[in-house]
Amino acid sequence: MPTIVVEVMPKAVLLDPQGKAVAGALHRLGKSRFTDVRLGKRFEIAFEGDADEATLAEVRELAESMLSNSVIEDVVSVHFVGSGTQTNGAHVAGTPVEAS
Amino acid sequence: MRIGVVTFPGSLDDRDAQRAVRLAGATPVALWHGEHDLHGVDAIVLPGGFSYGDYLRAGAIASLSPIMAEVIAAANRGVPVLGICNGFQMLAEAHLLDGGLIRNDHGTFICRDQKLRVENTATAWTNGYAPGTEITIPLKNGEGGFVADAETIARLEGEGQVAFRYLGVNPNGSINDIAGVTNARGNVVGLMPHPEHAIEEGFGPDTDAAMRSGTDGLTIFTSAIAALAAV
Repeated sequence: MPTIVVEVMPKAVLLDPQGKAVAGALHRLGKSRFTDVRLGKRFEIAFEGDADEATLAEVRELAESMLSNSVIEDVVSVHFVGSGTQTNGAHVAGTPVEAS
Repeated sequence: MRIGVVTFPGSLDDRDAQRAVRLAGATPVALWHGEHDLHGVDAIVLPGGFSYGDYLRAGAIASLSPIMAEVIAAANRGVPVLGICNGFQMLAEAHLLDGGLIRNDHGTFICRDQKLRVENTATAWTNGYAPGTEITIPLKNGEGGFVADAETIARLEGEGQVAFRYLGVNPNGSINDIAGVTNARGNVVGLMPHPEHAIEEGFGPDTDAAMRSGTDGLTIFTSAIAALAAV
């Protein structure tokens, strides 16, 4: 099943209380070399039809207008995974991207 | 005078808001998130709670519900609209109000009686307060940190669109202690604290006079009635 992944992060200039709480827990575990954590969202969107640029553009638009709120968040990546053609190289290392 | 209160899946304070409308002297009208019908109400309250489980972002999915298309159209016609807590988050998500609400800076849910200053007494929901009035009403939220970019904050401050400001303590990290804002026209107001929980002696915040005797929130609702009567 072709899937589009959308990744959204809290704006860097804003406090991220969730990330701060995780960083605090790491510190308490003695993992103090991990100095900062920011915690965002990953959407995996299954779809019907072709994994083409038009689909990607449509999801990019939805990512900006609905999946994120530009006042408080940034869309950091919109890309295909699975059997689709990967047309956006901005995927995060380690993400199971299957390039055709 | 008929004031609608929208119930969403996950609304908690819709009945309290209806009661506040009634005690203020208007007729509360129950509205449903899944309808496109405002039943001809004269003003609208979006109540507190956790609509749609706060999924995606607080207020985000509610802002896309069928009734909100009508609420947005009504707001743009000048109909008074009040968003309380989750309702404020919806108004921000619907772009009827500037800014956004993020998780409290201390990371925990907070519930307390909160002192505020009414900063703008020219709106449809604050005209009954004297300028600079200090009020105490309950505050209860996990995502009440008001944020906006510096340019927006400067405009809100410069144009008098900060409607309420936290006094004494900033409970959630809101920029400039902002507790509530209005649109430029003054008909749409949102705030994180809960005026509908401070409208009747015996059920409000403690005051120096007596336990649970605070009714500072009632003027929000009587203000709307006065604004409608003046039209």
